[in-house]
Amino acid sequence: MLNSQLIAPSIHIKHAFLAFRDTVLFDNLNFVLPAGKITSLLGPSGIGKSTLLRLIANLITPEIAKRENTTVRAAITCNNNIAISAQVAYMAQADLLLPWLTARDNVLLGARLRGLLTSDDTKRAELILQQVGLNHATNLLPNELSGGMKQRVALARTLFENKPIVLMDEPFSALDTITRYKLQTLAAELLKNRTVLLITHDPLEALRLSDEIYIMSGHPAIVHAPLDLTTPTPRDPSESGLIELQIKLLHELTRLQGERI
Amino acid sequence: MNIFTRGIILLSGLFIFWQFLVSAFQLPPYILPDPITVFKAWYHNRILIMHEAIPTLLETLLGLLLGTILGCSTALLMAFFRPVTLWILPILLISQALPTFAIAPLLVIWFGYGLTSKIITTILMLFFPITSAFHDGLKRTELGWLDLAKTMNAKKWRIFWFIRIPAALPSLASGLRVATAIAPIGAVIGEWVGASHGLGYLMLNANARMQIDLMFAALFTIILFSLVLYFIINKLLTAAVFWQPEN
Repeated sequence: MLNSQLIAPSIHIKHAFLAFRDTVLFDNLNFVLPAGKITSLLGPSGIGKSTLLRLIANLITPEIAKRENTTVRAAITCNNNIAISAQVAYMAQADLLLPWLTARDNVLLGARLRGLLTSDDTKRAELILQQVGLNHATNLLPNELSGGMKQRVALARTLFENKPIVLMDEPFSALDTITRYKLQTLAAELLKNRTVLLITHDPLEALRLSDEIYIMSGHPAIVHAPLDLTTPTPRDPSESGLIELQIKLLHELTRLQGERI
Repeated sequence: MNIFTRGIILLSGLFIFWQFLVSAFQLPPYILPDPITVFKAWYHNRILIMHEAIPTLLETLLGLLLGTILGCSTALLMAFFRPVTLWILPILLISQALPTFAIAPLLVIWFGYGLTSKIITTILMLFFPITSAFHDGLKRTELGWLDLAKTMNAKKWRIFWFIRIPAALPSLASGLRVATAIAPIGAVIGEWVGASHGLGYLMLNANARMQIDLMFAALFTIILFSLVLYFIINKLLTAAVFWQPEN
């Protein structure tokens, strides 16, 4: 799936600083997203995970920072020396489908927005929709799709971008358990060999999908890796030791949440 | 209950109430004629009324068309070049604060007795609701969509064309509905102030000659024609802008 010329880079976040009004959320935050791996980021609500992701995606322009009353600074680099904004695809919690476009046209949005839509793109969009199991729904509008189907279109749109870096902000959290489980498996398969940052609140989701799990906590926040994960992804929930890891992760998160109260 | 049943019940109720008013207070026909007299007046003068309705219809439709074009262009200009807003907004507010009735005579002097002055009155009334509704819609694009578009390395004008404009169309549609409802008023005001044709002119003339039944007949023609126009435009808008939140 991944364009062979693009090799997923590692991402280096250094000296990241974020303040909302006078509250410093993190200061001198440093961590690395390993190349071609899925990294999950967990942590209490309001710690600044989503802002961090938007910061990495280069979405916090000075104008937006001013409007949102935030101060941000960070040195974010990729080891292939290409600007991150040129190699990133973004998937949010909301499907962000445009209600006036069919599933296919939503997948093709990026090509349209870049003014480079070709017939090859259309074929590729249909292929990807087929991969996410929506070959029968290409001509349907978002309001004709279920929540799970919409999120699959959003995943297809993310994959269509064919970028080596994928940033996902709780992409499956609004779905029911079964749909989420299926989509996680699908995503793990289709996102292979890309550098992925996945923000999630669900320890099991992190354990199923990630090569690396980071927890963000504290004031100002820091990022640490509580677990050593060695087995290949996606992990089956029945895999030996996974339950223990989940309990460990839950305890760690509960402890951190407790600190905040 | 569908719109027709509801409409018929509503109208019958209104007519019964009207008839009751006339009978109960013994109102003379030059104050308030009863519904049947008005209907008779309408029937006897149907050719005259239809003849006078044509210019009013034309003024309304042209005013609506031109007002929409003008309003949409202004809103687009304001949204795309933000600093322009600061200059245009006061003009917009002035255009809305101007009492149309007061300047309509001036418009007749400037643009003559014909269609032009009426079309301009209509545009003056429509311009603000259309511009402000569309501009509001353009300003309120879902931020997530803009974030997404930015990660897709989109040019500003393409974001505008593919996301912000379609996203603002439901707002524009509400503006257009308001505009459709007031467009005939604009035309009639224009005709009242100075015209030799049109339903407004007919009403004014009938009033002066104490032909209150004919005046009411003309009035009902305007109402009927506003309702039909609104109904058609509303249907068209609902079909065209199918992603309106209520659908």
